[in-house]
Amino acid sequence: MIILFSVFLLALLVITALAIVRSESLFTAVILSGIFSLLMAANFFLLDAADVALTEAAIGAGISTVLFLGALALTGEQERSGSTSRLLALGVVTVTTLIVIYATFDKPRLGDPDAPVHQHVGPWYLEKTPELIDIPNAVTAVLASFRGYDTLGEVFVVFTAGIGVLFLLSAGIARRPEDVPPADKPGQGLRHYLVPRVVGRMLIPFIFLFGLYVQFHGDYGPGGGFQAGAIVAAAVILYALLEGEGEALRALPMHVLKWLVAGGALLYGAVGVAGMLLGSNFLDYSVLASDPIAGQHIGIILIELGVGITVTGVLLCVFHAFAARGKV
Amino acid sequence: MYYAVTIATLITMALALVRALLGPSIYDRLLAANMFGTKTVLLLSVIAFLYGRPDFLDLALVYALINFIGVIAVLEFIRDREDTSDTETRTGG
Amino acid sequence: MAMVIDILSWILLTAGGVFVFIGGLGALRMPNLYTRMHAASLTDTMAAVLIIGGIMLQAGLSLATIKLAAILLFLLLTSPTASNALASAAILSGLQPKEGKVEPREQQE
Repeated sequence: MIILFSVFLLALLVITALAIVRSESLFTAVILSGIFSLLMAANFFLLDAADVALTEAAIGAGISTVLFLGALALTGEQERSGSTSRLLALGVVTVTTLIVIYATFDKPRLGDPDAPVHQHVGPWYLEKTPELIDIPNAVTAVLASFRGYDTLGEVFVVFTAGIGVLFLLSAGIARRPEDVPPADKPGQGLRHYLVPRVVGRMLIPFIFLFGLYVQFHGDYGPGGGFQAGAIVAAAVILYALLEGEGEALRALPMHVLKWLVAGGALLYGAVGVAGMLLGSNFLDYSVLASDPIAGQHIGIILIELGVGITVTGVLLCVFHAFAARGKV
Repeated sequence: MYYAVTIATLITMALALVRALLGPSIYDRLLAANMFGTKTVLLLSVIAFLYGRPDFLDLALVYALINFIGVIAVLEFIRDREDTSDTETRTGG
Repeated sequence: MAMVIDILSWILLTAGGVFVFIGGLGALRMPNLYTRMHAASLTDTMAAVLIIGGIMLQAGLSLATIKLAAILLFLLLTSPTASNALASAAILSGLQPKEGKVEPREQQE
């Protein structure tokens, strides 16, 4: 029965994807891509991948839409009609699709316990997690501890992406507090829509609280640094949308955001170096406390905090970069 | 008993998608997207119970909060675009 | 007692499903933006109350019930607000309903 639901959702996904490609108004494409990410999250959920579904939900529906709209505000809204004949591209894509479909004939069945991907390292992680790390969420254990080095790379990728966007777009960002646009300019934010403003302001503390819950609950249920960073950034973006970007910059100025971006990655690296200074390898958390399991818990909480801080900082920097550019 | 609700919700999601594809104005599509969001929240809650994993309800909670932000962002964009076009026509004469 | 709870939650869930379907049908078949909004937002909220109420009865007293109550609270707050904001934006941008004429009020201060 679940298979039927999955197939139905996948069919809707294909229809949405076709509509996104074929629509000429980019605005429609943005709204449809919000629906696309909702469908993707539902699909991930049906495949029992809760952490991924949570990240897709947090980033795809809220933040991606906001950033795309920011980009649309800077460019035009209608798609420019491109070159007419794309036969070569169509041919290449068709051949590649046929090759990929042929390759899937050799794939093991979905969820087959004898598949090679479930044999070597997977069962070892599942076996060793209660013994070495002792947290219920095996995904966080693998992500944060067994493969902590890869996650360090991921944090630095997010950090680098943030720096890249700031280099490209930072022409108009206020550098000193006096440059921030004044709050009493009419038309800032949705000031004249009373109901969304009141309700939105009531919701913001709860979204923050929920972001903190997701951050620290990553050990026990779906959650972790990436999702929490996205949720907290979404709360601040909601504030910026309702009150105007100037107010949001007054609340969290750019220099604080830049400290957040760098500070999270620094925290992660510091935990790794602390492992070395205490006599063991880089990113070995067992030496952080007298009991190795407690050390693992401390290490995981600290690095997830680092990840969350960096993701929040980067998403907010990118948002302000887009928003500020439009006003210059 | 959860299957009936799930099927109803999935069919409604398909109907909302049709409205999002058809709707002549932006507001129709936005309405469909908002409806889609709330239906997804309901779908996730019901399926979380179908699976017997109540800790997946965090997902539905995230969506209920984030869906709102998407709609408000689009409205802000529309309002901003109209404000700029108003000022242009006024100053342009 | 368990039987009563089961039957009650069955009724709530089925009613919720019916409302969901009516909402979808209404959003598709109604002639105008405002009538579609009427169909979509009313049935959204009602269906949310019924379905989540039905699931809460099944969950009994546990952490899941508190989370479901939180989901219901946020849905009740955000869904009507989003519809209100959408309708305000449509009126202010000049989209007229089919019957009668609406003058957009001057923006409130």
